[in-house]
Amino acid sequence: MSKLSQYFSTRSGLQSSILPFVVILFVATLGCALGNLLFAPDSLFYVSTYTITLLGKYLCYAMLALAVDIIWGYCGILSLGHGAFFALGGYAMGMYLMRQIGDRGVYGNPDLPDFMVFLDWQEIPWFWMGFDHFWFAMIMVALVPGILAFVFGWLAFRSRVTGVYLSIITQAMTYALLLAFFRNEMGFGGNNGLTDFKDILGFSLQADTTRVALLITTAVVLAALLWISQLILSSRFGKVIIAIRDTEARTRFLGYRTDRFKVWLFVYSAVIAAIAGALYVPQVGIINPGEFSPINSIEIVVWVAIGGRGTLVGAIIGALLVNYAKTRFTAIMPEVWLFALGGLFVLVTLYLPKGLMGLYSQYREKFGPKPTQVQR
Amino acid sequence: MKHFFIICSVLLALFSSQLSAQQSPVIATQTQAQLQQLTNNKLRQSLVLLQSIASREGVNMLPLYQSLLDGQLYFIKSDTKLIKVVKEAGKKHYSELFTDREITAPAKKAIKKIRVNNKIRIYLRKQIANLKLTANNPQVRQDAVQSLLRDLTPTTIANIAQLRLNEKNIEVQQMMDLALTLDSAIHGKLAVTQVSAIAQLQGNLEPQVRNTLNALNTEQSHPSVQKAAQQALLSIEQSIQFYGYLDQLFFGLSLGSVLLLAAIGLAITFGMMGVINMAHGEMIMIGAYTTYVVQLLMPNLIEYSLWVAIPLAFVVSGSIGILIERCVIRFLHGRPLETLLATFGISLILQQLVRSIFSPLNRQVASPEWMSGSWEINPVFSLTLNRLYILAFALLVFLALLFILKKTSLGLYVRAVSQNRAMAKAMGIRTARVDAITFGLGSGIAGIAGVALSQLTNVGPNLGQAYIIDSFMVVVFGGVGNLLGTLVAAFSLGIANKILEPTTGAVLASIIILVFIILFIQKRPKGLFPQKGRAAE
Repeated sequence: MSKLSQYFSTRSGLQSSILPFVVILFVATLGCALGNLLFAPDSLFYVSTYTITLLGKYLCYAMLALAVDIIWGYCGILSLGHGAFFALGGYAMGMYLMRQIGDRGVYGNPDLPDFMVFLDWQEIPWFWMGFDHFWFAMIMVALVPGILAFVFGWLAFRSRVTGVYLSIITQAMTYALLLAFFRNEMGFGGNNGLTDFKDILGFSLQADTTRVALLITTAVVLAALLWISQLILSSRFGKVIIAIRDTEARTRFLGYRTDRFKVWLFVYSAVIAAIAGALYVPQVGIINPGEFSPINSIEIVVWVAIGGRGTLVGAIIGALLVNYAKTRFTAIMPEVWLFALGGLFVLVTLYLPKGLMGLYSQYREKFGPKPTQVQR
Repeated sequence: MKHFFIICSVLLALFSSQLSAQQSPVIATQTQAQLQQLTNNKLRQSLVLLQSIASREGVNMLPLYQSLLDGQLYFIKSDTKLIKVVKEAGKKHYSELFTDREITAPAKKAIKKIRVNNKIRIYLRKQIANLKLTANNPQVRQDAVQSLLRDLTPTTIANIAQLRLNEKNIEVQQMMDLALTLDSAIHGKLAVTQVSAIAQLQGNLEPQVRNTLNALNTEQSHPSVQKAAQQALLSIEQSIQFYGYLDQLFFGLSLGSVLLLAAIGLAITFGMMGVINMAHGEMIMIGAYTTYVVQLLMPNLIEYSLWVAIPLAFVVSGSIGILIERCVIRFLHGRPLETLLATFGISLILQQLVRSIFSPLNRQVASPEWMSGSWEINPVFSLTLNRLYILAFALLVFLALLFILKKTSLGLYVRAVSQNRAMAKAMGIRTARVDAITFGLGSGIAGIAGVALSQLTNVGPNLGQAYIIDSFMVVVFGGVGNLLGTLVAAFSLGIANKILEPTTGAVLASIIILVFIILFIQKRPKGLFPQKGRAAE
């Protein structure tokens, strides 16, 4: 362990920026958790369950932004289909939660979920087998999006589909999945998706403690993924990835199989997105095909762009800020939100190519102490 | 001036008197009496009465039959006078039966409808068709024969055979011949005549022919007749199947033309300029909304609205395109991913703008009269006119664009800038201006596409989004920077989609196509027709 941390500290130039962030994240999460559980609803320090759920949702989005940032910020692959991995992870979790309902559904059928009874299906389809078990569902959360990302990435990177072409086919991928999941025949609840969940691992999803536990889990997972990503990206593997972003051809000439590096990074990123989806579903209580829609995937990209791509913490901050703004705006003036979002797209790309983190480092360069040279 | 009025009024009087003279036929007193009896409201007697009237009277009874069949025949209770009541746009018009003169609306309780049953309706239809056989309009005569095919009695056949001798119109002749052949196929005295008649029916697509052949294809008929009927049926089935394929092909071409229209503007902005314009769909939407606004402004001239909308949509979408290029895109030159994001932001703003101005609901765009209806080639194959026009329009736009790019100096500049910007600039081409104009051209053509699409689909704020992914697929599939490739890609994707549709359903068909294109791009990243030589890279 000590060796690992030594490796970590010597290689990372960004470590200083993730540590304070993780501390703030944990303090804020714990504060909210205690505020919800210990104080009475009329107390000044009380944090409503609604806020807890909202925070959990934001952290899931932050995780999703992290996934996109890893692939876009560090490898230059702009995926407009990451919402698909998020939704697939969400569906895997949703299927587990659906099986947990048992005979408490509207139709009271112990063997079949409500929508299958409604569609007059006789038995559960093969791809629903095993989702009664939590461990199986968790494996599927990572496995299904991972395999999809592997196949897709392997095909695309091997034939050197890059840049805009790749962006457009990732968008086509999520669009195709959107159309597919809308079909009732697919066996995933069609238009309505999966909802009416009752409990997870035996704990009621309506209980405050479960909500708080989910929030804390999300925060811990986010911190862990941030740390792992930091490790990966500052390792030798990460150096090659950054080299591919800057000049792929030269990296290839140096003897690296760039396609393999890209595929594995793509799979890693997809799995993060899927985990985010799996944590998202029990907190919001529904998963439907709308999550596949291309606009959702593009929205993730704007979070990353605003926060500053190529800075892991920046992506997370971007996701939190934009989503907070979205919640605020859509509550007060819903029609203004799309104007604001569209304007953000244009302004950030024109005037803030490095995002908020770019602004911050500009400020540091101008006014702060000169950073000491950390890297060789 | 005074004289003019006098002349006018005299003319008018003359004209109207002539009209009324033409329209109030002399009706025999016996018939008059029978007409009165019709109001007696005994269904069983009605048929007998009508037959008796028909035996005496001719064409002049047509209004009676027609209004009776349409359920428009009423009578005034007090004097049993027959009147016609036509409901039009929620308003009732009352008129005398034979003269068509408007009368003042009687009280609702003072009139009564003359009822008919199905038996009478069948009789009426036949009677009307028989009377119309002598109409002046050849189309009416043809329709009359066609409707008589269903029930060929000896009297009708005799009537048709008689009229056939003097018939001049070829189409009516053919229809009459068909009736006579059908008759000899059914009632022919010898099996040989039946068989030869059936042989003539081969390949005829009239539904009645099929019914007759099916009826003949039984054990009761002569073996040779049955065999001939079977053969004829088989050939008819084959040609129906053939026309079914043609129908599919037409729908595929139609979908292809829609894809072509949607993608063709993108083929310029994305294909030639390399700008990833995610707001392309919104340019289409703006074109469609322009059509809507034009129709709002000239509600009485819907017929001509499209002729106004097409240039206007080009101008509106084109100038918005130029504005976007000048304000945003030119600063992002050479950074395709940033362009993608910025134009996506613009598309969100434009959508919301339309939502705020026109409401988020779909808007109804009317189709002009000349675009509705269909071109009936034969009884099982007809082409809807609006799709046909849009197909032609798409090709026209394509050719016009090809002309601009290949034959005009602007096209030369555009190609030069897209091939080698630095060199074009060195040769004195004002690249910034060419960029703006090219982008405006692409956007303007998207606007024109919007006018065409407004005739096929709902016009709403999300209209553009539905086409953006498809458009990119078409352009990428055809090969970026290659207009002909776009054409081929649009039509092949359209036809493939429609061929898959019957077996897989519409949604699965489009999923299969999407997956196919994704895989295709992996195999050939530069599309069907990649650019070669210096134009590439």
